[in-house]
Amino acid sequence: MQFNRQSNRLLRHTSCVVVLALVLITTACYRPNAGMVEILHVSYDPTREFFQEYNAVFAQYWRDTHEQQLTVLQSHGGSGKQARSVMEGLEAHVVSLALAYDIDAIAERTQLVPEDWQSRLPHNSAPFTSTIVFLVRQGNPKEIHDWDDLVQDDVQVITPNPKTSGGARWNYLAVWGYALSRELNGLALPEAASEDMIAAADKAAYAFVKRLFQNVPLLDSGARAATTTFAQRGIGDVLITWENEAFLALDKLARYNLELVAPSVSILAEPTVTWIDAVTTRRGTTDLARAYLERLYMPEGQRLAARHYFRPRLPEYADAVDLNRLSDVELFTIADMFGSWEAAHEQHFTDGGSFDRIYLENMREGGS
Amino acid sequence: MQVKAPVVTPALVLRLACVIVTLAFLTAFLLLPLLVVFSEALRDGLTMYMTAITEPDARAAIALTVFTAIIVVPLNIVFGVAAAWVLTKFEFRGKSLLLTLIDLPFAVPPVIAGLVFILLLGNSGLLGPILTYLDVRIIFSTPGIVIATLFITFPFIARELIPLMQEQGMEEEQAALSLGASGLQTFWHVTLPNIKWALMYGAILCNARAMGEFGAVSVVSGHIRGKTNTMPLHVEILYNEYNFSAAFAVASLLAFLALATLIVKSLLEWHLRRSRETADQS
Amino acid sequence: MSAHPVSKWRMRRRVMPGYGLTLGYTICYLSLVVLLPVSALTLRAANVDLAVYLDVLLDPRTLAAFRLTFGAAFIAATINMVFGFIVAWTLVRYPFPGHRIVDAMVDLPFALPTAVSGIALTSLYARTGLLGSVLTPFGIEVAFAPLGVVVALTFIGLPFVVRTLQPALADLDPEYEEAALSLGATRVQVFFAVILPALRPAMLTGFALALARALGEYGSVVFISGNMPMRTEIVSLLIIGKLEQFDYDGATALAMATLSLSFLLLFSINLIQWRYAAKTRSAA
Repeated sequence: MQFNRQSNRLLRHTSCVVVLALVLITTACYRPNAGMVEILHVSYDPTREFFQEYNAVFAQYWRDTHEQQLTVLQSHGGSGKQARSVMEGLEAHVVSLALAYDIDAIAERTQLVPEDWQSRLPHNSAPFTSTIVFLVRQGNPKEIHDWDDLVQDDVQVITPNPKTSGGARWNYLAVWGYALSRELNGLALPEAASEDMIAAADKAAYAFVKRLFQNVPLLDSGARAATTTFAQRGIGDVLITWENEAFLALDKLARYNLELVAPSVSILAEPTVTWIDAVTTRRGTTDLARAYLERLYMPEGQRLAARHYFRPRLPEYADAVDLNRLSDVELFTIADMFGSWEAAHEQHFTDGGSFDRIYLENMREGGS
Repeated sequence: MQVKAPVVTPALVLRLACVIVTLAFLTAFLLLPLLVVFSEALRDGLTMYMTAITEPDARAAIALTVFTAIIVVPLNIVFGVAAAWVLTKFEFRGKSLLLTLIDLPFAVPPVIAGLVFILLLGNSGLLGPILTYLDVRIIFSTPGIVIATLFITFPFIARELIPLMQEQGMEEEQAALSLGASGLQTFWHVTLPNIKWALMYGAILCNARAMGEFGAVSVVSGHIRGKTNTMPLHVEILYNEYNFSAAFAVASLLAFLALATLIVKSLLEWHLRRSRETADQS
Repeated sequence: MSAHPVSKWRMRRRVMPGYGLTLGYTICYLSLVVLLPVSALTLRAANVDLAVYLDVLLDPRTLAAFRLTFGAAFIAATINMVFGFIVAWTLVRYPFPGHRIVDAMVDLPFALPTAVSGIALTSLYARTGLLGSVLTPFGIEVAFAPLGVVVALTFIGLPFVVRTLQPALADLDPEYEEAALSLGATRVQVFFAVILPALRPAMLTGFALALARALGEYGSVVFISGNMPMRTEIVSLLIIGKLEQFDYDGATALAMATLSLSFLLLFSINLIQWRYAAKTRSAA
């Protein structure tokens, strides 16, 4: 009996201690900082180098104009994963993601940003753009110059998995868009063509993309993993990648002697930015967050974007040296070829979408 | 440990074969990957290696990782001992179920473990509204990382102790108790010495896993540079920046850790044996 | 919990102290750390439409992924049980120069972040790697092939088997074996009649843990497998893919299916083990 009571007491005490410990750890680490401003910028992978520099410049500007010490915390990761984190409570004051679709998802599923977020800033809230190009090995041994060269029998193509990588979705849509525009004789808008023509072109595009994916030996889960596979492991003859990522790889992976090849036609990739109203209102940082994003459109922001191999919206602010590096590519937008991100996603990347069908068919036909 | 087996030929052959198979298997699966890690880490020289592990973001990541382990390991030790005790000393209904529930975190893919905490503590999660109301942030900050790690490493110590204690039975404890020792005394003087190596193994495993966990922590961390990045997450970031040697440098620290804890264990073992021997001699 | 049957139960049989304390604590801690979070998933899963389950689970891609994940995990756990036993046996029974360093190395897969393991294994087994360049001429593709998944999972699971077996082996008195040997038993007989029965709980545990861990592994596999749909895609990757499209229902359905399957697997292994233990105990 006595033992029973004792053990009960002990039990109570230990469980109290455990609960207390858990409560303590949950509260101990959160303390807001007064006297200084801190904002969290949640971004996707390829922007690290650019924002690192931009943050310093903006913090200087903010100190000069508002006499406040600003710290911009950065979080980088896959675009979709970052969007999910923000939805679930990662306290982002501003976000910049690879696809508008990811911010749309935040707006659609939560009250964090208004539905019309994309019209709050100029140029579809994309202060800079990029496009999809190729990286090949030194001397371009397989003579790859345009999309058609990627469906040759002896060419291996490296591109990440569009199911897990936002960047890879741009790659996929670039291929598809190219095939469509070829079928529609140049950059004809789908709206301008007749229903039958579009259906036929879509079918041809499907066949083209399917053929291309027969040349894809593996699908890395992220864009930079794919670049590493191509450069370091020496697998594949051509890597499909963002233009700014290609330049960065040429620079950082110089020892692998890669070369950039721009196709004749490609997609205009528009990474978008916005501020998260729910957070900035609560923390009183709306003006700051807004200014942070608006200054991306100002000369300094545009110049830095160009220096980091993005395509500035306002080229007049960028250095000529930076602009001259960019290839002359005919660009189509998501709206031109797919209507909207929503539609593109629905057609290609949902379960049972074109990507899934292509893999099932290639598998059945015994394609490698 | 010291087997004084007579020198018989088949025994020797067996012994040699075992050693060779062990070394070959471990070379292919452990030594070579380890060598890859270290050779990549030192590719750009020792200075770069030191820079990589001492720059502020790396230091923050190391501090966070160590902090997490310091909380997680003791909590799981207490639990492991309690669970092993109840599961091996008593018969009761639902024992298999309880054991399997303890194993459950092993069966939960790390990715799902992260998802589980999002579904519990995230904005749209079960406790989300309460947490938002109280303005308490758990996920995407240190507490979330601690809790996710606690979950992932939950079974390690219990799992290490259970088979051993099951095999040992409870005659010794029963003898002590019948001689009038209290429950706590019995545990302290009889059970604990019997299980101390297993407990230590368990703690080492738990610690290693706590520091090396990537999948679940990656989901709940939020990846805020210098704040919520643990060592594994920092490694990923560096790797993704094509900063391969720095990435492997930080990773090599984790490998060192595995080696260091085992060296400490060996030293302890050696020290214990020596003190016993001197005691025998006197 | 009603006090009455428990105290009656205790009076009848309990000699060991601490039943209430340890059971209570175990259950409390278990509920807080494991059951509460997992119930969040279960609740969410209960709200998912049955049609979604059928859709997701009968998708050929999902089926292929399940086949690969369970198949590779099973092969890896078996490899680990065989070689893990030899490793543990050697480390405990046959100390050789440097066996301590080798012992320390066994924990490596725990300490290394899984992504690092994946990258290291890939650079070894890729066509340009140290081992890959040896194996490729023989037509053995490891990296970016199903075999790569097995290699990664073997790496991940090894310490589970070795570390579970080590304490049990250390506890096994060689005298029994010597006695059996001196009575004329062969080594094979000794192994099957003396050693194996004593180690069975630890071996089964090690196998179960390695298997469970392998089923859920993600970080290392994505680097080495190549992630080709239908061919080298594991279930965890499908879950990530669904989350990436904000398809929480699909992800939950898949997660729940994986979880239930591995839970059942573990449960049956535990059941076998306790049955077996009870049988030997009553036989003794």
